[in-house]
Amino acid sequence: MAKKILSVDDSASIRQMVSFTLKKEGYEVIEACDGKDALAKIQGGAIDMVITDLHMPNLDGIGLIRALRANSSFKFTPIVMLTTESHSGKKDEGRQAGATGWIVKPFKPEQLVAVVKRLLG
Amino acid sequence: MDPNKQLYLEEAYELLADLENSLIELEQRPDDRGLIDRIFRAMHTIKGSGAMFGFDAVASFTHTIETVYDCIREDSLKVDGDLVSLTLSACDQIKDLLAASQDQATVDESELARITAAFQKLISKNNGPDSPKKTGVSDPGRNDTDHDREVTYRIRFIPHLNLFENGTNPILLLNELRGFGQSRIIAHLDKLPDLREMDPEACYVSWDIILTTAAPLNDIRDVFIFVEDLSDITIDVIDLGDCEDEDYLRIGEILFDRGDISLTELEGMLGKQKRIGEIFIDSGVVQQSEVTSALVEQEHVRSIRKNRGMGEGTSSIRVASDKLDSLVNLVGELVTVQARLTQFSATQNSPDLTAIAEEVERLSAELRDNTMGIRMLPIGTTFAKFKRLVRDLSTQLGKEVAFTTEGAETELDKTVIEKLSDPLVHLIRNSLDHGIEPPEVRRAADKPSEGTIHLSAVHSGAQVLVSIRDDGAGLDSDAIRAKALERGLISRDACLSEKELFDLILTPGFSTAKNVTSVSGRGVGMDVVTSSIESFGGSVEISSQKGSGTTITLKLPLTLAIIDGLLVTIGGDYFVIPLGSVVECVELSARDKRNAHGRHIVKVREEIVPYIPLREVFAITAAHPPIEQIVITESGDHRVGFVVDKVIGSHQTVIKNMGKVLKNIEGVSGATIMGDGTVALILDINRLTLRAEVDEITSFGRRSAVNQ
Repeated sequence: MAKKILSVDDSASIRQMVSFTLKKEGYEVIEACDGKDALAKIQGGAIDMVITDLHMPNLDGIGLIRALRANSSFKFTPIVMLTTESHSGKKDEGRQAGATGWIVKPFKPEQLVAVVKRLLG
Repeated sequence: MDPNKQLYLEEAYELLADLENSLIELEQRPDDRGLIDRIFRAMHTIKGSGAMFGFDAVASFTHTIETVYDCIREDSLKVDGDLVSLTLSACDQIKDLLAASQDQATVDESELARITAAFQKLISKNNGPDSPKKTGVSDPGRNDTDHDREVTYRIRFIPHLNLFENGTNPILLLNELRGFGQSRIIAHLDKLPDLREMDPEACYVSWDIILTTAAPLNDIRDVFIFVEDLSDITIDVIDLGDCEDEDYLRIGEILFDRGDISLTELEGMLGKQKRIGEIFIDSGVVQQSEVTSALVEQEHVRSIRKNRGMGEGTSSIRVASDKLDSLVNLVGELVTVQARLTQFSATQNSPDLTAIAEEVERLSAELRDNTMGIRMLPIGTTFAKFKRLVRDLSTQLGKEVAFTTEGAETELDKTVIEKLSDPLVHLIRNSLDHGIEPPEVRRAADKPSEGTIHLSAVHSGAQVLVSIRDDGAGLDSDAIRAKALERGLISRDACLSEKELFDLILTPGFSTAKNVTSVSGRGVGMDVVTSSIESFGGSVEISSQKGSGTTITLKLPLTLAIIDGLLVTIGGDYFVIPLGSVVECVELSARDKRNAHGRHIVKVREEIVPYIPLREVFAITAAHPPIEQIVITESGDHRVGFVVDKVIGSHQTVIKNMGKVLKNIEGVSGATIMGDGTVALILDINRLTLRAEVDEITSFGRRSAVNQ
């Protein structure tokens, strides 16, 4: 069965790019527009990986990572955060919250796939 | 236009409109955090997505503005009217830039520069937030200098206990490393606590990875980028790829090099006589796994260096093969004498003699393996000449055939290889002549006009499987049946399975080819193949699919002279079962037999295994012991058990031929002489299984006939 990845970003174009790239690699992708939406969407069932932006309205990426790690079903789920170069501080905060890895924006599709393969297989 | 780009443009215009509104509101309420966040996010998205979809000018321009708003978020800058108007004009510039990317407008470069400069002034006043730092996978920073040279690294990956807490799966990292090249991975388990104290969510395991790769060091580091601060990672170069000397560091030196031991500890130990690794373990300086890992490293680097040295001519000498044969014979005799010595020493109760006997046993086993090794040749030497054969024959027959081979490096006893050549010629001719169809027929059947014959060799236990596969017409079971009837090989009402029909073509005087050609079809061939393969203990198997091809598999023994055998007894007689095919031994009690309701099957770990009572096969009348033993063997993909009275143990078996009179006895492939002079028969497992199958089918046929 295809592995299910949740892509969380308030930018529709990033979501589309992530989803398009990963679907081509045979993953199943669900999209959510912010942390709150993401938490609502994972109620449905098992998610194998989460890729989230950090700056989002309602519930930001760090908040989402904390919420996921607090939920026993997602304690060991790989979570990748999308960060920008100017924010290595944010990256550390994300690590503290429990993010597995990160991708620095802007990134190319190949880099996304490489990270997903590394953390999800 | 790229749909991704289109979507980005739409989104950017939307964000800009929203941005303008927010900015105007911000002028009224300069301290509204929510507004500032919204502006920052909008800039952030325009920048981030812009760079991703190729709007580099937009991205770099917006980056400066984003930085300024980040400062505002962190309260190091204040919002004022100037800033708002500056940002608003920046928004206009972004719109122009976006439009310019669609060739709808031109950009005022000087205005762009002015705005950028103004924003930068604000940042420099403030020293800015974190200086931009490149991290993550955004830039692998390849080091292109040593690109094609293979370097061997020692990577020590020691995760902290909390590695799993952020969802890392170390196995994936190891697999990624494996993908880089030749690697050996050793896990250190000595930190594992007792079950009672173990936290199932903690990572107690660490790994040593010995990796030979041409990939740059940065790529290797990149694998660990997400776990850098959750583990200790050291990467050392242990072989630069230019040394062909097979010698590598000694174990003590490796342990010292890795920092597992100190120099004084090393020197202190060198005086003692045991193997260095053992001494270190005994003294508790290092763990067993450290030494294992060091040994693996040593072996890996040595083999890498050895392979590098090859191809530049390893020194060898030519020896007449009869000299080799007599060496093998002598080793055979020696092994027999050694067996006698061992047996004799067991009865003498003399520790000195036992010590000598054990020493001789060890040496002769080593001598045997070495001698056999000398006789082993890669089968590829015979493969080469078939290429020519296929080329010549296919031109002669007007067929298009590609010939591929696989497993040319598989080693077989020299004598087996010599005897294999003729049967293989027969089989390849058959495939070419009867199997592969002419190009026009193939095209009509929707196949590529060029046929393929694939010759492969592979090790399987104590056997080598050589198979010839073609993608030709396949065997026609109806034609075989008709022919067999015509030749009187089967009766009209015989009910044969497809496999049994195929086996008919192995009988003498059988050919299904409609025309006799100069190449084949005279009905000699397959039976010659079978008899010559069987003459040295092999067997032939046919599988075929009408229309899509035939595969003929030859199962060959690895060697003809000495094998490791399992010595068993039945009613006082000794038998040897080739150890290579033995999987395990289990007991068979009277109750097990009752539970099977007269069928010869037994359940071993939830798997049903059929067995053959050897007592019945060899008509041994001596009384059954209360508990018998089943020796379970594996040949091909199925398991069969053999019931014996007692399993004695492993036995180095020097194979002696049975002599003219007895050599056709079914189920026995030879004999051996044991230490006390007793003769033990070597069982031919494949034959015995085959015969049991045939018996089963015929008796089943009889039973169903009676029932009708």
